[in-house]
Amino acid sequence: MAERTTNLTKVSFAALAAEPLFRLGHFTVTNSLLNAWIAVGIFVVFAFIASRRKSIVPHGIHNAIEALFEGMLGEVQKVTGDRKRAMAFFPIFATLFLYILVNNWMGLIPGTGTIGLSGEEFIPLFRPAAADLNFTLAIAVFSVVLVQLVGIRATGFMNYVSKFINIRGIIWAIPKGPMAIVIAIIEFFVGLIEIVSEVAKVVSLSLRLFGNVFAGEILISVMLSLFAFILPVPFMFLEVLVGLIQATVFAMLVLVFLTVATDSHGHDDGAEHGIEPSH
Amino acid sequence: MSPETMALLAKALAIAIGGFGPALAIGLMGFAAMNGIGRNPEASGKLFVPMLLGMAFAEAIAIYALIIAFTL
Repeated sequence: MAERTTNLTKVSFAALAAEPLFRLGHFTVTNSLLNAWIAVGIFVVFAFIASRRKSIVPHGIHNAIEALFEGMLGEVQKVTGDRKRAMAFFPIFATLFLYILVNNWMGLIPGTGTIGLSGEEFIPLFRPAAADLNFTLAIAVFSVVLVQLVGIRATGFMNYVSKFINIRGIIWAIPKGPMAIVIAIIEFFVGLIEIVSEVAKVVSLSLRLFGNVFAGEILISVMLSLFAFILPVPFMFLEVLVGLIQATVFAMLVLVFLTVATDSHGHDDGAEHGIEPSH
Repeated sequence: MSPETMALLAKALAIAIGGFGPALAIGLMGFAAMNGIGRNPEASGKLFVPMLLGMAFAEAIAIYALIIAFTL
C-alpha cells in the first residue's frame, strides 16, 4: 500500500495487488473477489425479479431488458453478418459486456475504497473487481480458450489446426511448382506467428481492462486527495464513460475473435461479405 | 546516479514516451472521423462505434506503458 504524506493529510493510494480480506481454508478472498461475488449476486437477484410474470407484451422491467437485449443483438449482428451466428454468440457477448459493465460501475459507488478495516495499514473492504489482474486475466484466458474451442467445433479439428500449423498447405502446394512451395512455406511460418498472436490477445485483453480500471482508481484517489469536493466530479463522469467503453471493447473483441475463428475460408470470400442489415 | 534515482527516472520516462504514440494515434483517428462526418454528416452514427473501438485499441498501448510505470 503506497502512502504519501502531504503537509495536511496522509493519503493512501490503491496497491497494485488486491488486498486479502479473509481465508477459506487455503483459498484467500480478496476485496476485488468480494466485489465480483456481489456483482454475481446482483445478477441473480435481477434474474429472479425478471423471471416473474412474463407475458407477450412486456411491462415495466421487461421493457428495459428487451430493449437492452435487442440493442445488443443488433450490434452483434453488425459484426457477425448472419443471424445464426449472432444468436449463437449473443449469450457470451452479453454476459461479458453486462458483467464487466456492472463490475466497473460498482467500483464508482461511494464507499468503494474508503470503507474498510483499519489496522497497521488501511485495507478497503470493496475494490472494483477489474482492478485486480487476476479477474481480468481469468476472463481473458477463458475467452481466448473459448474462441479456440468454438473454432475447432465449427470448422473441424484439422481445418482449425491448419490455420496455425499449415503443413497441409505445403503438401497441397507440392504439385503446383516451386513458386507455390515457397509461398506455402512462408504461410507455414506466418501460421506459427499466429500462435504467438493468440497469446498476445490474452495479454492485451487482460491488461487493457486492468490498466483502465486501475488507473481510474488511482486517478480518483489523486483527485480526492487534491481537493475532495467539486474537483473529482468530472473524473467520476470520465470513469463512468471508461467503464462503459472498456466493457464494450472487451465484448466486441471477443465477438470479433469468435467471428474470425468460425469463418470457413479466410481469404477467398472477401468480395461477397458486407451485406449488412440496415435499420 | 543511485538505483533509486534511475528507477524513478525510468518510471517517468516510461509513461511520458509511452503516452506519446497513442496520443498521436488517437488524434489521427479523431481527425479521420471528423473528416468523414464533415463530408457526410448522416454517417456520424455509423462512424462512432468503429472510431471508439480504434481509439480503445490505441489507448491500450498507453495503458501498457502505464502498467510498466506502476510496477517499477
